[in-house]
This record gives sequence, structure tokens and C-alpha cells, in this order.
Amino acid sequence: MSAREEVLARIRAAVADGGGPARPVGAGTGSAPDLAGAGTGIAFRTEGGRDLGQLIDLLAERLTDYRALVRRTSSAELTATTRLAMAERGARRVVVPPGLDPAVLPEGIEIVTDDGLPAHELDSVDGVITGAAVAIAETGTIVLDGSPDQGRRAITLVPDYHLCIVRAAQVVEIVPEGIARLAAEADRPLTWISGPSATSDIELKRVEGVHGPRTLEVILVGP
Amino acid sequence: MTTYLGLPTAPAGVGHLRGSEPFPAAARRALADTQLRANLAMATTTIRRKRAAVVAELGDWEELRAAGQAAKTGMMRHLDRYLEQLEAQVQAHGGTVHWARDAVEANQIVVGLVDATGSREVVKVKSMVTDEIGLNEALAAGGITAHETDLAELIIQLGHDRPSHILVPAIHRNRAEIRQIFLREMADVDPALTDQPAALAEAARLYLRRRFLSARVGISGANFAIAETGTICVVESEGNGRMCITLPDTLITVMGIEKVLPSWADLAVFMQLLPRSSTGERMNPYTSMWTGVTPGDGPQRFHLVLVDNGRTAVLADETGRQALHCIRCSACLNVCPVYERVGGHAYGSVYPGPIGAVLSPQLTGVEENPTLPYASSLCGACYDACPVKIDIPSVLVHLRARHVQEAHRNHRLPSSEAIAMSAASWVMADPDRFAAAQRASRLGRPLGRRRGRIGQLPPPLAAWTRARDLPVPPAQTFRQWWRDEHERPS
Repeated sequence: MSAREEVLARIRAAVADGGGPARPVGAGTGSAPDLAGAGTGIAFRTEGGRDLGQLIDLLAERLTDYRALVRRTSSAELTATTRLAMAERGARRVVVPPGLDPAVLPEGIEIVTDDGLPAHELDSVDGVITGAAVAIAETGTIVLDGSPDQGRRAITLVPDYHLCIVRAAQVVEIVPEGIARLAAEADRPLTWISGPSATSDIELKRVEGVHGPRTLEVILVGP
Repeated sequence: MTTYLGLPTAPAGVGHLRGSEPFPAAARRALADTQLRANLAMATTTIRRKRAAVVAELGDWEELRAAGQAAKTGMMRHLDRYLEQLEAQVQAHGGTVHWARDAVEANQIVVGLVDATGSREVVKVKSMVTDEIGLNEALAAGGITAHETDLAELIIQLGHDRPSHILVPAIHRNRAEIRQIFLREMADVDPALTDQPAALAEAARLYLRRRFLSARVGISGANFAIAETGTICVVESEGNGRMCITLPDTLITVMGIEKVLPSWADLAVFMQLLPRSSTGERMNPYTSMWTGVTPGDGPQRFHLVLVDNGRTAVLADETGRQALHCIRCSACLNVCPVYERVGGHAYGSVYPGPIGAVLSPQLTGVEENPTLPYASSLCGACYDACPVKIDIPSVLVHLRARHVQEAHRNHRLPSSEAIAMSAASWVMADPDRFAAAQRASRLGRPLGRRRGRIGQLPPPLAAWTRARDLPVPPAQTFRQWWRDEHERPS
């Protein structure tokens, strides 16, 4: 018997008593929420109650709480805000994913468009600018899904500075809403980012910045 | 190899589920280490406070716990079908799935996969199951160097040490000790390195960055695997996980079969439960989710190794199987009065604390970890803290019973405990015998005349008092008192 057949047979023998209460197998197709409590009558929150203005405020507060830098702006002022962020960071050469709207990029800095750059080249740029897929206000989380304006996972990992542009329409309040929005792209590579890289491994003292970008800056583009 | 209800447990001689000595002996030595106790007390107090604060922020925490428990219970009932579904989805997205009956087979598979790449080095994300199966030792035996990349795991690896906590494995080391380890073991470290945590983290960043950028093979565990979509999820803080999962050409993920979750939507529950219970954060800094291979992004070869190693033997125990619901958050360690005092090493297994006391003996068979079910005061704090509501105290009591039964089966002569219990049963079955025994117990009073308790009984009863004091028997039994109060002629 192969290991596969043997492990499966062991499982069937082990739960021959029924194995606990039933739950439908493979229910839910991803697009229609099949929350874990479904069918068990357990009612946890599946949506928040804040309006958009409160949501953006909450996201800004939670991002700041976990040591991300936050700038708030409007669509009209976005390019100027990006220019300001670059200038204050002192970034002169940044990598961008191929699908990022060039209109948001300020003049006067060298833009390297990613076309599969090797890791050591990503290690030599001053930072990276991307969009985002979803932001979760309650936890201060930004999710990247590898879309053309967000690019390969490596470009937001190796550079030491990540500037992320989040638009109001991308913001949800709580985790279950974020999961529901991402269901359609569950098979894409997803990266959830909540503040800069951090460790508390030495005497539980929080240190920001170990291996990922040590500085995370978020521009929130208002409605 | 031992079995439970006919299902094989984790084999001996490989991996890290069994200690070299019983818990009481290891605990006694740990208790004498005042530095360890100070480190542990500070660490567990800090995490407890952080966890309590972020849990209190969620009005539906109890509903989330119940939903997490329901999702895990439902998963186990049809684990075979969910694993088949996961396998099909991973394959459909360009990954390869391997099955391992036990640690030996899992190690062989991984060593073979690394060999096939031609690489002699791998970078590793912190993973409980690879520690459980002793993968690093197996890789070393195969001539392959494994670089641990989590800061705490790096401290452990460079210090030739064993992890002592699920979440912060180097919790027993303070900054001065860590500085010494780095100065001794990192070839080109700045000799002026200070013991500031930021400076130590920077040293680790520089030490590991070269390895990340040149690594060709990464090895990870999995926090969750979604059967419905084939998605693997790794939750971390430092970014070392993202490095290992993203930069190499080949990624090998090793996971216990119980890590599968039925549907994508289950993450709505678990991505709230895990970070708040584990690090006491609303969300951990980084979570990576990937499904098979994505052309042009990340590793182009992906292998998923599904490991049993005694899990099906745990699954066969109707009371004990809930230990497989564990999401490795370590909240139970941080609230446990026993863990806080003895630390993780005393448990002898990669799974320490209350969850380790119920998981390790079931994975190995209770007779091979017989003291762990007793490594608890049954206070129940672990049950309250558990994000998936594992009733650890009930499983502990159940495993104590299993231990007594198995010891009884394995020994022709009844144990002294069994003799004492049958004697007690004979005495307590008859009111006259019981009253006589109570009167007789008063004969023990002189033993404790000084302090009001008996520190040491004479043999053969000395075993009872080796680890505890015995209260002095009262001068009068309750029944005598009652008779004096109520039946005395007035």
C-alpha cells in the first residue's frame, strides 16, 4: 500500500465512530461566503458598521499604531504626495511593478520597472512603490495580490522601503470582509502586511525591521 | 513501534517528541535555574497582558472561538476527503504532493527533494513539524546544511540549544547570552556588537541576507492549508518567512495532516483567532498565502509533504483527538502556572506546556511519555485561553486514566497504586470499615506535630510525600463531630 493509501485508510479507521458533528464537505465555492460558523448557528461578525470616513480614520490609526507611516491625500494631490514622500525618504531610485499608473510617479527620481529583476538588484534600489488589493481597517492590514499594479512578491520584500498607495474603495472594516473580497483571487499569491517587519524574539522587546522592508509608508487616497 | 487502537504512533529514535528524562526530574532542575525563571516570568506576563488587551477589543471573541472549534471538528470528521481535495487543488496549480506515514519517511522525502535540486543548503522558516520530525538532523546526515532564519530559531541553532516555547523559542535566553552566542558563532560579526535588541536583530539581518539572496531551496511549515482552493498559509513577523517562500527556485512545505481547513472562508475566523492569541497583536506583520506555482512569481517548483507521524493514532481517541485542533498559538503556555515556572525544556518535546502535555503523549503513545499528563495542576487556565476551545484539563485526566490502564496491561504484578486503590475500595464500601480506617488515621498525627503537616511518610508510603506534603489527619472525624454535636444527650 502506498503511503497515501495507508494514511487515508488510517484516518478512516480512526474516525469510524463518526468523528463528531457533521459539516457539509466542500461547501462554498469561494465567491459565495461559506463562513466557518455556517450550519453551526454561530454568529460572529461578518461585516462592520462604520461609514467610509470612519473606516479611513480607523485604518490610519491602526497603521500608525503598528509603526507604519501614513499620509492622507486626494486623487488630485496623489502625485504631489508621492513626490513629498520620496523627497523626505531621500529615495532617488525606486522599483515599480509594470502595471502601476505612471501618473502617480513624481518626476526627478529614477524609476526601475520590474521585469523579473534578480534579488541582488532589488537589494540595491532605495525602495518600491505599489498599489494594493484590499486594506482591512480594524487590523491595520494591507493585502497585495500580485496584480499588475502590485507586482511580484519579491519587489515588496527585498527593498528596505515600501510605499503603498491605498484607495478608499479598497478599504473594508474587518477580517471577514477582507476574506470575502479576496475569495475570487484566492489562488493568487497573497501577502498580508500589517506594519513593517518586526520581531520580539529578544526579551520580547519589539524591534521594527528584520528581514522585510524596515519602513512601510502608506498613502491613503480619500474618496 | 507502538500503536493505539491499532494505529501506529510516532516512531522512537527520530525527532523531538520524547525527553531524555521524566518531567518531574527535568522540572526540578529547571526550578533551580533562577535566571530561567526570571526570563519566563517576564515574558509570559508581557504576552498575557498584550493578548488580554487585543482579545477584549473583539465583542464576538467567544463566537469566534466557537466557530474555530466547529470548523476544526468538522474538518476532522472528513479529514480524508479534505486531504484528497487539497491534494487535487495543489496538483491542479502545478504543485506536487507527497505523503509520509511517519517522521522517517517525511525526512527521506525532503532529503531526496533537496538532493534532486543539487543544492547543499536550504533556508528554513520556523516550523514546529520539521522540528518534531528532526528534519535538520536528517538533512545534516544527508550532507545538507539547513539555515534557520527566524531570529529565535537562529539563536537556538547557533547556541546548539533546544527551543523552549512554541512562539518565542529562545525565551529562556537574555540579551547578554544572545550577544555572546552571536560573537562566538557568526564569522564576520562586528566585534563591537552591543546587547541592544535592535543591534542584535541587525546582526541577524546582515548574517542571513546573503543566504536569502542566494538560496535555491526553501523549507516551510504551514499554519493553514485550504482544501477548497489548495492555498497554503504561513503567518510570521520578521519577513524571513516571505524570504524563504518567495526567493528560492524550489519550495518544500511540510505540514501535519491536521492543518487542513475545509474552505477559504474559514480564514475569516482563524486569521482573527491566531494573531491575537499568539503574539497579542491585532494582526501579525506578514502573512503569505500561495496556491501551487504562480508563473513568473516566486518558486517555480512547489512540493507539499503531508505528514501523519502519530496523528491518526490521536484521531482515534474520541476524547483526545481535540488536541489536533491546536493552531500552535501558545496562549496556553503563557497562562500556565506550571509552564511559567519550569519552562519548555522540562517537557522534553517540541510541544511544551499544556498543549504539549496532551499532544506529545498521544503522538508517541502514553507509555512513552507517561509523566506529561501529570505535568499540570488542572487549574483550567489553558482551556479558557485556547482560541479553539480545546478542553485540555479533561484530556489530561483522560490520559492519566489511559496511562494507568496501559501500565496495568503491561505489568503482570499490580502496581502499588492499584493495590492502594483496591484496598480503598474495600474500606469505603462498608461504613464500619470506613469509620475504623478514619480512627486509625489519627495514629498519623504525631508525624506532623510540629508544622501541622507531614513532610515525609515512612516507606512504602514515602513515594506519595516525595513531591507533596500531607495534611495532618484531624483529631476528630466529621462523623464523630456530628455525633457529639447532635446526638449528645442534652
